[in-house]
Amino acid sequence: MPIELLIPLLAAAVQSGTPILYATLGEMITEKSGVLNLGVEGMMMIGALSAFWISLATGSPWLGFLMGGFCAALLASVHGLVCLGFQGNQVVSGLALTIFGVGLANYLGTPLVGTQGVGFSKFSLPVLADIPVLGPILFSQDMLVYLSFGLPVLIWAFFRHTRLGLHLRSVGENPVAAATAGLNVVGLRWLGVTMGGFLVGLGGAYLSLAYIHLWTNGLTAGRGWIAVALVIFSFWRPGRAVFGAYLFGGVMAFQLRLQAMGTDIPSSILMMLPYVLTILVLIASTMIGRGGEAPAALAVNMEPEE
Amino acid sequence: MRLIRVVKRTEPLGWGSVLVFFAALALSLALACAALAVQGVAPLRAMALLWEGGFGSAWSLEDSLRKAIPIYLCALGVSFTFRMQIWNIGAEGQFALGAIGAAWAVLTFPHLPAPVLLPLMMLCAGTAGALWALIPALTKVRLGVNEIISTLMLNYIGILFLNYLVYGPWKDPAGRNFPMTMEYPAAAQIGMLGGTRLHWGLVLCVVLSVLAWLFLNKTRLGYEIRASGESLRAARYAFMPYGFLVFLVMGICGMMAGWAGFVETSAVAHRLQPSILVGYGYTAIVVAWVARLKIVPMALAAFLLAGLRVGVEVLQLELRVPAAFGHILEGLVLLTVLAGQFFHHYRLRLNLLGAAIGKGGSHAH
Repeated sequence: MPIELLIPLLAAAVQSGTPILYATLGEMITEKSGVLNLGVEGMMMIGALSAFWISLATGSPWLGFLMGGFCAALLASVHGLVCLGFQGNQVVSGLALTIFGVGLANYLGTPLVGTQGVGFSKFSLPVLADIPVLGPILFSQDMLVYLSFGLPVLIWAFFRHTRLGLHLRSVGENPVAAATAGLNVVGLRWLGVTMGGFLVGLGGAYLSLAYIHLWTNGLTAGRGWIAVALVIFSFWRPGRAVFGAYLFGGVMAFQLRLQAMGTDIPSSILMMLPYVLTILVLIASTMIGRGGEAPAALAVNMEPEE
Repeated sequence: MRLIRVVKRTEPLGWGSVLVFFAALALSLALACAALAVQGVAPLRAMALLWEGGFGSAWSLEDSLRKAIPIYLCALGVSFTFRMQIWNIGAEGQFALGAIGAAWAVLTFPHLPAPVLLPLMMLCAGTAGALWALIPALTKVRLGVNEIISTLMLNYIGILFLNYLVYGPWKDPAGRNFPMTMEYPAAAQIGMLGGTRLHWGLVLCVVLSVLAWLFLNKTRLGYEIRASGESLRAARYAFMPYGFLVFLVMGICGMMAGWAGFVETSAVAHRLQPSILVGYGYTAIVVAWVARLKIVPMALAAFLLAGLRVGVEVLQLELRVPAAFGHILEGLVLLTVLAGQFFHHYRLRLNLLGAAIGKGGSHAH
């Protein structure tokens, strides 16, 4: 493919990969603390809707962005309540959270369908945007994309070098030992769930604020589930999540472009691409990683003490 | 001293579980009412309409039962996989593939008489659904791929495949450009049960329930499925053929969901069209879990959730409540019931006086 076609495609890959990146990193934090939250799709939808709504009402996309994360964190804490407070099955609770969250966002969002929103637009970073090839791909984006560049490093450093990050990891690896050592397992896991939910919500907010500036029901279109798969793909490492998210962003952008160009391939078949790729990527990563990298206590509830 | 202490329950909850269920249902309805109030809908009127629409008349009861049939068939299927802690979320896609399989039989052999065509449709639907379910079973058993994601992705793919067929090669040329196949000939339609709007799919549900009960409780394989669901490690020590059991339960689930697709296209839609995919496969997960995978409670839960779906349709028409309200309700029911199941295993002991421990308040276990 000639470079003039490849550069815009790669730039689009970064843009459409960004919401997936936020969501993947969020779910990763949650899972590191030993909680599996399959409600990502629902939290993304709630994040997208609340961000859209609040930025529309206040005229401030930044406030919308933050509130998108906050509302998703609130929804995530429902998962915390059910699983940490009431010992509910984490898989089922997450599924229920998705059904509820997607339903609530579509319900509250119905009157907003087709409304033009306020949001972030693209601008070139001085100097950096002039770098050949990389400039137009990475540095002619919107503010939220630039923000996402620092995030994987931040999360990596958080888990590696801070006390809190270490504690979060230890309740995900061995909650009984962590409790014996005096850590508040339920509190830390709650923190993991809500922090993760916050980032997932930012991913949703990206969709309604920067990816498109419109509200449509069913906006996330399975991106939340792709994020769940990417956590496995990236072996719970933030760096690899970047690669996975942009790969999926690329496939989504490519598929959209092919449709827009009007190929002979029916659109239903083209739309299958990201989902087929998710399965293939999972097969590949499971074969390489042998699943040994997951937090040892993932999805295991800790019995309440007598 | 803590005010409330969590104590492990030693005797089963019994009828208390019914109480917990209805308390959870009441809580989820109350929360749903709050959502209605946000959009300026009078909650009490809405609840009355919901009840009236779903359960209030012979007509609405028939409607609810008709919707309960595909939901129950899918729920019965996924309950097999959940029993083994196989997290199959793929009933929706398996339902779609079943409908496609049945449609293939009709479109390929449109002139066959009913006694041949209907069994052929059922065979094709069951096979297509089962094969679709065996893909994630294969990747799980052979490669260790997480089945939650693979079954879910196969839902999206199956639904898109159905769309591809009805927008493309299978589109009815006389269909005024609507994405649907031709209307099925009479021989491809399951008959109605004398004088009602209920079809023979209901009988299929009863027959399959009995077979499922017999299989789970009276056969060795059924015992192994239940045992490996209760303790995977123990089952492995007992040399149960775990991989084979995964294939078996996934195949059974796919077949049943496929039959749900067959029943829905043959008896209700009379053709293959995208509008048959309204999330029965996801509702089935709610049903299976709310009923704790037990057959009779699942039938009741399927009827209840089908009734709520019918009631929500009435709300849509009468009060312009968005369709997504049904999902809010389903999600809430699942969340509250799930939280309520805590009380199956634990009970709370109020500790008003620190000295109460050991004396009164509870019987010594």
